[in-house]
Amino acid sequence: MTEVLMRANSVSRHFGALRAVDNVSLALARNEIHAVIGTNGAGKSTLINLLSGELPVSSGHVLLGDREITGWSQPQRARAGVGRSYQRNNVFLPLTVYENCRLAAQMATQRPWRIWESAGHCSVSRERAEAALERTGLTEVASRVAASLSHGQKRQLEVAMCLATQPSVLLLDEPLAGMGPEESERMLDLLRNLRDGHAILLVEHDMDAVFAVADRITVMVNGGVIASGAPTEVRDNEEVQRAYLGEQV
Amino acid sequence: MKRYAFWIWLVAFALAATLPLLPPPIGTEFYIALGTRILIMAIFALSLQLLVGYTGLVSLGHAAFFACAAYTVAMLTPEYEAGNGWWLVLASIGTSGLLALVIGILVMRTRGIYFIMATLAFAQMVYFVFHDFAFFGGSDGTYIYFRPEFSLFGWQLVDLEDLNQFYWFTLLALLITVAVLAQLLRSRLGHAIVGIKYNEQRMRATGYDTMAYKLASFVIGGMFAGLAGFLFALQYGFVNPEFASWHQSGNGLLMIILGGLGSLPGAVLGAVVFELMRVWYQDLTEHWQLLLGGTIIAVAAFMPKGLMGGFSGLRLPHRRFARVKATAPAQTTATTVMQPQEHA
Repeated sequence: MTEVLMRANSVSRHFGALRAVDNVSLALARNEIHAVIGTNGAGKSTLINLLSGELPVSSGHVLLGDREITGWSQPQRARAGVGRSYQRNNVFLPLTVYENCRLAAQMATQRPWRIWESAGHCSVSRERAEAALERTGLTEVASRVAASLSHGQKRQLEVAMCLATQPSVLLLDEPLAGMGPEESERMLDLLRNLRDGHAILLVEHDMDAVFAVADRITVMVNGGVIASGAPTEVRDNEEVQRAYLGEQV
Repeated sequence: MKRYAFWIWLVAFALAATLPLLPPPIGTEFYIALGTRILIMAIFALSLQLLVGYTGLVSLGHAAFFACAAYTVAMLTPEYEAGNGWWLVLASIGTSGLLALVIGILVMRTRGIYFIMATLAFAQMVYFVFHDFAFFGGSDGTYIYFRPEFSLFGWQLVDLEDLNQFYWFTLLALLITVAVLAQLLRSRLGHAIVGIKYNEQRMRATGYDTMAYKLASFVIGGMFAGLAGFLFALQYGFVNPEFASWHQSGNGLLMIILGGLGSLPGAVLGAVVFELMRVWYQDLTEHWQLLLGGTIIAVAAFMPKGLMGGFSGLRLPHRRFARVKATAPAQTTATTVMQPQEHA
């Protein structure tokens, strides 16, 4: 039996009459990549926002391990081990790549009142930042300013910052978006690598990539889940085929 | 802070310290008093720089904390003798910090233009409290007849009634302000508030309670504004509601914009240039405000990073951040270009 690290129990989020996420339940287990796919506007990013606490749910429950965290703020969830990346590059552009990661890692030892201690001497955050850069292959560009990175490198940094906080649950919002084939391959290797020890929710448009790494796939359409299961099951599901390819198939 | 920046600060402070000793055209009562005023305004500008330039909180109500400390020292100074300096400085900084905490809790929920308006509104409330309550002396304010005494074990450390000593005392206060803020910016707290300035959303997603960080910055900024207000009240020997006026808050903003946002030396330089321009232009013409405003507009237009950005060849701390801003728009275009792909 796999250990479920995060669970959504029939969570919904409504914006007025729009049901962006409607009654979605899913479980993220350790050592598993759970991919969420779906057409544009299916509510995938909103789902990540609900799980990470960036948006409050309209109804339903979010659990981290056995703890009910529905009412927790986003920083609280992040400190408890929920890490997320963004669909659009969302890093500290004017800071160096290293400082981006170090600042993320500093989350574990915030100690803001210790103003006599220099942040540069914070060994915990330094080590974690260096490890995250190493893992994502950004060590060589560590001293560059984040704004000067290529798009692909920024996507890597996005994931590196997420890793620097050493989360147990990773919510990755289209980490491959806009990446070249070579960069994509490296990111997929990284994802396979990260599977050990983490519960990963992967939102992705690239179907080849999804079927290459995912252990479970959930398909969303118009805010709701239409199918969930192992990749082969989902691939053969008629409703999924209809959603993606239309009636003719 | 880089090592050479440290030496530049040291030389600047050493030079500033010699002002009262210089021969007459400069070392006169007028210039020493002007120098003192500039140093006080530099403390005020630095305190605002922490908020605006480093935390990204544009406040138009910073004068409230300046005035709060000034009124505290005026109210607590005994009528017929000098008060205890240690107690007065702690009390005035403390009440400013407390006021900043209360106002901060209330305004921190707002952002951007709403934050500017909310801080302005609270500062106006403080203004009218001082203005309308007879206890505070109404629109005329209150006088301080004796500057406080700073003594240790019965030994008087400094005689603030002496012009030169008051100047050096103020210089020391500025030195402490610069040292504390420079160290604060090196600390984890400092790095976190700079992170909030650049990307608050990411800071929250990373696990920082950004509200508390911003509040901390607001309170620390308020306390240093209080230190400036304390000194200003002592220099002129009176307080009035104008201390809390939005003009005073606006002047602070102009100083840091003039000097360069996100730079400690920028705040000091901005205060120096602003106050000097005031004096020079007042000598030149009755319409000096026109000249002052024109100069500031010209600097803002042609030196977007302020005077400090213009001297970037000097390599001072945080130039790194300022320089990067030039490359930042490239990223915006990159994301806009990416957008169609994401929706494809």
